Amino acid sequence: MVPGQVIGDLMAAMHDRSNGLGGGFAAYGIYPEMADSYAIHVIYDRDDHRSAVEQLLSAATFLVRSERIYTRPTPGIGVAPDMWRYFVQVPPANLGGLSEEDYVVRLVMRVNMELPGSWVVSCGKNLGVFKGVGYPEDIANFFRLEEYRAYQWIGHGRFPTNTVAWWGGAHPFSLLEWSVVHNGEISSYGINRRYVEMFGYRCTLRTDTEVLVYLVDLLVRRHRLPWRLLYAILAPPFWEQIERMSDPDRRELYTALRQVYGSAMANGPFSIIIGHSRGMIGLTDRAKLRPLMAAREGFRFYLASEESAIRSVAPNLDCIWAPKAGFPAEGRLLSQGVSA
Amino acid sequence: MRNYLLPDFLVQVGEGCSACGRCARECSFGVISMESGRPVARHSRCVACARCVTFCPTGALRVVPNQVAHRHNPYWSVSLRHDLMRQAQTGGMLLAGAGNDLAYQSIWDHLLLDASQVTNPSIDPLREPMEVVTFLGAKPSALQVEARPEGTLRLAHPLPPQIRLEVPILLGAMSLGAVNLNVHRILARAAQETGTLWNCGEGGLHEELYEFGPSTVVQVASGRFGVHPRYLERAAAVEIKMGQGAKPGIGGHLPGEKVTAEIAATRMIPEGADALSPAPHHDIYSIEDLAQLVGAVKQATGFAKPVGVKIAAVHHVAAIASGAVRAGADFVTVDGFRGGTGAAPKVVRNHMGIPLELALAAVDDRLREEGIRNEVTLVASGGIRSSGDMVKALALGADAVAVGTAALVSLGCTLCQACHTGRCAWGLTTQDPKLAARQDLEEGVERVGNLIRAWATELREVLGALGINAVESLRGNRERLRAVGLDAETLAVLGVQAAGRE
Repeated sequence: MVPGQVIGDLMAAMHDRSNGLGGGFAAYGIYPEMADSYAIHVIYDRDDHRSAVEQLLSAATFLVRSERIYTRPTPGIGVAPDMWRYFVQVPPANLGGLSEEDYVVRLVMRVNMELPGSWVVSCGKNLGVFKGVGYPEDIANFFRLEEYRAYQWIGHGRFPTNTVAWWGGAHPFSLLEWSVVHNGEISSYGINRRYVEMFGYRCTLRTDTEVLVYLVDLLVRRHRLPWRLLYAILAPPFWEQIERMSDPDRRELYTALRQVYGSAMANGPFSIIIGHSRGMIGLTDRAKLRPLMAAREGFRFYLASEESAIRSVAPNLDCIWAPKAGFPAEGRLLSQGVSA
Repeated sequence: MRNYLLPDFLVQVGEGCSACGRCARECSFGVISMESGRPVARHSRCVACARCVTFCPTGALRVVPNQVAHRHNPYWSVSLRHDLMRQAQTGGMLLAGAGNDLAYQSIWDHLLLDASQVTNPSIDPLREPMEVVTFLGAKPSALQVEARPEGTLRLAHPLPPQIRLEVPILLGAMSLGAVNLNVHRILARAAQETGTLWNCGEGGLHEELYEFGPSTVVQVASGRFGVHPRYLERAAAVEIKMGQGAKPGIGGHLPGEKVTAEIAATRMIPEGADALSPAPHHDIYSIEDLAQLVGAVKQATGFAKPVGVKIAAVHHVAAIASGAVRAGADFVTVDGFRGGTGAAPKVVRNHMGIPLELALAAVDDRLREEGIRNEVTLVASGGIRSSGDMVKALALGADAVAVGTAALVSLGCTLCQACHTGRCAWGLTTQDPKLAARQDLEEGVERVGNLIRAWATELREVLGALGINAVESLRGNRERLRAVGLDAETLAVLGVQAAGRE
């Protein structure tokens, strides 16, 4: 387990990549004593918006515990919204034919869409997202991340250019066990968004990256596609590459992926990290217009936009490499550690 | 009865006329004749097709509007007054060719595209791949895969039939009858050479063009002209024509004098007989009947090719499109009110239907609301004038566009709107063999092919500037459009924000 200090230090090395308008972290494995419950992190722009959400959660779930997320006053962090976490379980009788995960997703969409001034920032089991407006190292300090220990940390510093900076718009974006941080821009956002809306997702957080986490949920969890096909949908091979595939079954499969999932292709410059409960994946767009480095040290696996960030916390790397455009760098949780 | 109508245009023979007689030979409307070695014009017959002007070797000819000093009245326009006089003289319905020419707002011209800057670098289409391949056919909402024994993956079920289009530009339906066989030859070959499809329209497919079957969409319309097993077998795709943007609510009308031996054989009707497509399909009185016809055509073609439905953009177009998809259509062509026609009652052409832009947006929205957008390829047609219109149509939600009028213009059409007279001086909408021979096959194929290639190049240029390298990331991406000068209700229908909004 890794204390939050490490990810804070790693992010501090890339200070110049953000401008103080967004920083955030996803921490996997931080609620072991509550690992059976969905940990729902909610931000409220005003305290009086809290009761509507709590009423909804009480009615729709079994509320095991609720508490204000503890923070400390930090220079550089301005007025913060009120932030709470709720540990909930879903009574089977409430499901009404839905899977437990679909039920939670609907609940989250309902809060974000219908309840004013409240946004769910994470809702997975044994994980939590901490994010806000500020430099990432200040956000880490603000949320007292050094007090948490996680088996997997994902951090992000933001330099917003296309949309406004606000607490809900900082990365990571998270749904169930998935979390996504993103360096770049999803120029296909307009169609990606309309595509996931067909499946009941609602983009409410005013940032293009949000749609990626819904795409992961849709394709991996609901459509049950293997990870390697997710990569081939988000960053598909060019037609020229598909035509050169010698195995006809493979050619047919990759052709069909583009035909069926063209609207899910993430087009534009990006490097992203997708976190899930058993590991994390780094992926770039198919022209690699954003940097991504992957590295391994013992049983630890690192992904970052810059090599310097990784070396700042892991000076004795076993190996470090730059993943090829559109090819993933995958780290998986093993019973005894992490392998790349 | 006395004729109160003044000529619309005047033909002026100016300095430099060499009296070669070319203008008289080129004019197919009987305007110019040579008298005493000089060209003389009967102005009242002139439609301003500009054929004589284009071919005058000395540049001595002018065709100008006949500007008579009527009292200015924008409400009672001159053209309206002329129509009234024509009707007073004939008691008949006014016929018109080409498309709606009234000055309704063109929404295309109020939409602007985004461009990349700083955070999303634009991509240079000359140096990077820029993919515009598009597939015509129904897609499932999700793919199922299975692992082969050696661990690799393959599709669990094959996809419904798909046709690969190298460019998202189809050549729209123009029947043999509306245009002549020469034009069909040109469209067929141009489609084949550019890797797209042409559409033979509702008048059958001439035997000679069967070799172009893999590039051909054939139509089944209310008249069932030329529909037989081989016709369906030869086609790449079949389109059931329920409506046409230029004349929603009515069928095609080919007068007997245009029904030559060639057309009669292709349409399977007697030579010289009027070819009237009934307004409705007589076996389709509701959506369930359309479902039956879609099913019947699929059965007749062994479920091996996409079967689509063409509908006119009318008030309930979204519900109709949704019904067509649920009736089994693999592609739906939405034809807007600016679409062209060989002949239509002027009152229908000018006043029925709604703009393609709004219809397209409404259809795409509805199909998404119902979760069935993936199950159909959406083709937008009816007045697509430029690659700019095409790009905007794709961004609003079309998979591809179909062009008819633009292709005819590439072959010389000057939009004189005299198609219904059968006297087209450019050899397009005429069955007169002498006039039809004016279309040179090789040159025509090159012209139409060039148009498609030029638009495809421009599409790649735009994609690059948008910072995306595949057309599927433009399709339905209304986020990359902004509007100027449109009212809030129109913006809401389009799903596009006003310029200046983030």
